[in-house]
Amino acid sequence: MNRSDAPEPAFDALYRDIVLDHYRAPHGRGELRSVSARAEGMNPLCGDEVDLELSVGPDGRIDGVRVEGRGCAISVASGSILHDLVSGADAGGAQRILDAVKAVLHGGPLPADPDLGDFEALEGVKKFPVRVKCALLPWTTLDEALRDLAARRKA
Amino acid sequence: MTATARPALDVAAIRREFPILATEARGRPLVYLDSAATSQKPRSVVEALSDFYLTSNSNVHRSVHHLAERATTAFESARARVARFVGAPAPECVVWTRGTTEALNLVANAWGSRNVGPGDAILLTEMEHHANLVPWQMLAKRTGARLRFVPVTDDGRLDLEAAHARLAERPKVFAFTAKSNVLGTENPVAGLCRAARAAGTVTVVDGAQALPHGPVDVTALGCDFFAFSGHKALGPMGVGALVCRREMYDAMDPWQGGGEMIRRVRLEESTYAEAPIRFEAGTPAAADAVALAAALDFLERCDPAAVHAHEVRLTAIAMEALRPLGVRILGPEDPADRAGIVTFDVPGLHPHDVATLLDGRGIAVRAGHHCAQPLMKRFGVVATTRASFYLYNTEDEAAALADGVRAAVEYFRR
Repeated sequence: MNRSDAPEPAFDALYRDIVLDHYRAPHGRGELRSVSARAEGMNPLCGDEVDLELSVGPDGRIDGVRVEGRGCAISVASGSILHDLVSGADAGGAQRILDAVKAVLHGGPLPADPDLGDFEALEGVKKFPVRVKCALLPWTTLDEALRDLAARRKA
Repeated sequence: MTATARPALDVAAIRREFPILATEARGRPLVYLDSAATSQKPRSVVEALSDFYLTSNSNVHRSVHHLAERATTAFESARARVARFVGAPAPECVVWTRGTTEALNLVANAWGSRNVGPGDAILLTEMEHHANLVPWQMLAKRTGARLRFVPVTDDGRLDLEAAHARLAERPKVFAFTAKSNVLGTENPVAGLCRAARAAGTVTVVDGAQALPHGPVDVTALGCDFFAFSGHKALGPMGVGALVCRREMYDAMDPWQGGGEMIRRVRLEESTYAEAPIRFEAGTPAAADAVALAAALDFLERCDPAAVHAHEVRLTAIAMEALRPLGVRILGPEDPADRAGIVTFDVPGLHPHDVATLLDGRGIAVRAGHHCAQPLMKRFGVVATTRASFYLYNTEDEAAALADGVRAAVEYFRR
């Protein structure tokens, strides 16, 4: 069987070096000193689970993000990038980032504002519709964690 | 059954009957290793489907006109074809369903609701597909019955000692798969059914993976119910059957109500048609049933025992080529006990990434939990990669799998 060992160029667009760097050494794996909100996400397609915890400081800013769970390169990298983007934001800012990320994964262009940092490297996932769910998983979990945060504040 | 006892399949000739196998995926020749999810369909099946709609289309069991008669005859011949293929004593033993899932739900409802009560035990196994777990969980919740499970050994087999011990507790029903969709394990169905019968336990066999890949004889197996899907056995999606021991009909209540399954309907109450029609409310997938008969014709021409031997050969090739790559293959060591299915975990690589990179080489595999989350948990994994072979796969394709996995490992090491 005559098969080239070179991967398809499309795969290099999916698995960019930045993505693999995040996958190999994901950010946001440390325990938080206090947990202000949490949520569990699941991809029913593969059974991958994400545990997401947020801690919020007295100034209302997110000063800790923990993203835990086993996943594919895309979902792990996406969670690691989530940690980087959301750290330091307040709930409203985190929501804005979340909305922007979702818009990009649903086919929209990369916005100038908010700055999505390394997330730009995950844009290639759009060409693989079944993998979009992998990239979304940490973010839909963040969505729930933010709702949990709002609910706890009310209580 | 040994690999050498039968003449080899003429795979090249078989492949010519499956036009889709000559297509490309991502610019490479398609290597379809996902037949355990759904098989490809030969030309004769697609033609039977279109022939029905082009020449015989009419509702069945209703009108008296010419086309209705044609359609009904074809539909009922298909039922007889299924009965013959599975060794059932009569066509009346075959209830058409949408597939295995609906067949299992039918048993859990039509038989289960009448016969299972508070405190009764429902015996299942740890290797079941969600389709053979969830309907029983729902029945247990409805009736107050208890669920019991036969554990799976480290090498991916049913713990038979435990199975016999659990059967000695005389559960009402024992529902188990004839062949695991994840491990490929072929369970000793006849022996388990014998032990169940001695305990007065009704047996329900999930045949979704067994029927496409080897000979099936429900009479020899001695089961009370046998469920399967057409689409994994070269047939169309949306049709399958529940094969019942005829005596079981007396212990079942109608499940879904509607047209066709009735005898006389009054405003306040109705009487019902005889089985199997009693369990077939509404217009059936008649064209699909007729096409399924064509699929079974095709399988029989190839000889199910030869198909099985071919799959054992491909499984052996794939397992041997994968082992040096350090992957963990789940399930029995012996390819003869797991024909056609190789499920594995590549350390450090997620199955989705493995599958995406294989896809880049035109190789289609399944990545995920394979609708068997409890079994994944049993083996300490969330998801795995599954390659599955069928009568149209070649030895080159089995070898290409390992080449692709090696390339994926190297790609991630870059």
